[in-house]
Amino acid sequence: MNNNVIISVKNFSFYYNEVEALKNINMDIEKNKITSIIGPSGCGKSTFLRSINRMNDFIPNHRVKGEILIDGENIYDKSVDVIKIRQKVGMVFQKPNPFPMSIFENVAYGLKIQGIKDKNYIYHKVESSLKDAAIWDEVKDRLHHNAFELSGGQQQRVCIARALAVEPEILLLDEPASALDPTATLKIEELLLSLKQKYTIVIVTHNMQQAARISDKTAFFMLGELIEYDDTEKIFTAPSKKITEEYITGRFG
Amino acid sequence: MKLKFKKFIELFWWLFLFASVNVTILSLFVILYFIIKNGINKISFEFLFSAPKKGMLEGGIFPQLFGTFLVTLISGLVSVPLGIGCAIYLNEYSKENILTRIIRIAIRNLSGVPSIVFGLFGFLLFVQIFNFGMSLISAGLTLGIMTLPIIISVSEEALKGVPIYYREIAYSFGATKWQAIKTAVLPYALPGILTGIIIGLSRAAGETAPILFTGVAFYLPYLPKSIFSQFMALPYHLYIMSTQHHSLSKARPVAYGTALVLIILVLMLNLYAIILRYKKRKIKLE
Repeated sequence: MNNNVIISVKNFSFYYNEVEALKNINMDIEKNKITSIIGPSGCGKSTFLRSINRMNDFIPNHRVKGEILIDGENIYDKSVDVIKIRQKVGMVFQKPNPFPMSIFENVAYGLKIQGIKDKNYIYHKVESSLKDAAIWDEVKDRLHHNAFELSGGQQQRVCIARALAVEPEILLLDEPASALDPTATLKIEELLLSLKQKYTIVIVTHNMQQAARISDKTAFFMLGELIEYDDTEKIFTAPSKKITEEYITGRFG
Repeated sequence: MKLKFKKFIELFWWLFLFASVNVTILSLFVILYFIIKNGINKISFEFLFSAPKKGMLEGGIFPQLFGTFLVTLISGLVSVPLGIGCAIYLNEYSKENILTRIIRIAIRNLSGVPSIVFGLFGFLLFVQIFNFGMSLISAGLTLGIMTLPIIISVSEEALKGVPIYYREIAYSFGATKWQAIKTAVLPYALPGILTGIIIGLSRAAGETAPILFTGVAFYLPYLPKSIFSQFMALPYHLYIMSTQHHSLSKARPVAYGTALVLIILVLMLNLYAIILRYKKRKIKLE
């Protein structure tokens, strides 16, 4: 077993209204790597992503089976504090969704939730997070302007900074560039590549070229099943399953 | 022929809709014009800030203004926290089921109950059973209950309008339910909630029936000493000056002056609500 495994998914199934949305998933996600999750719409890739920080807890009539271990701890264990899990596993959503408040307040939001009051610490954390998210230079002169004044791509990088500010180990991204233009998308991709030194990144994407460009590992989901999971290069050049090849080459989906 | 007929139908409906708008606006302006024209002469510093004299035909309406202010304040102290609390619970905590549906229907029906019925209810509960007597507190509580459904429905709409993903962001940072509500829901629902409060309170300020049996007095030579005292109020004063006074023709100017003060008070509150709503829309557009 690989020592670098940070997330270990074991026989994990997710039921929604007794429909099996994820079917017996087994998957080890490695530390400081970018793992892409691809697959046609409705294949369960978002559901899977949201299982890693238990954002699916809010779905009514759901049920899970199996385990997801983060740093060896089963996050679905009854003794686990879900709040701690979510502080360890940050999330960036599909649409750039800053709060209608200043850039500074947006990035400081997670710190506020954690009850941190030290103004000096908050200021430095906001600055370093914005730097990590490669947007500091663009916003440093207008930290107290409303975040909505920024372009979509800039907003999304502020949202990434917001997620980084609370120092998560893992960053989950749910199609973070699908609402952005190609230039902004490229910037996000460069950003993610620079972030993997510090964080483990799991990204759901619709865009196969994007998965090929940035990820180390790729998982192909279909109809709630993990069809194939391997090094990105292998998935895109020599997939072992025919259906993966058909999807990659654009024959469906 | 057919085309002509179509055009006629088109014109007919346009005229009907256009007329509807005009009649509505016109009636508002006629009311305003009428009251301003007859009441404006009465408005003075003395009218606003002194007590009535000589059978209430002279002097001012300060005790009425003061009473209306106090009774509205008390009703707000009751209905605002309860109303917002109820709206938050219904929208954020309760699950959608038959019980909550019944509660919602009940709240909606409560806002349709005639105000005189609230008055009777307040008389039974606060004046008699709780033994508060005819007082500011009885009247304030009665008005508070009357405004509750308005505040609840408007606040709930405001909470519903806050995008789901604000809550999701909060949760993704490990926020508890209350933290999410406090930091990611309430700030964005606040303009809408404030609108509801103002609409509710401005209705409370203008009501006569609910305070009629619960605390308002025809005439008092002094200001209320405590929340258990009776009080005078603008809408009731208007009512007696226009229908109950022994020399109605002499009382008329005072009635118009009172009406003008009352209408300005309510319009100011509503204007404030409009400004808040405008600000809210601006946030959304951004």
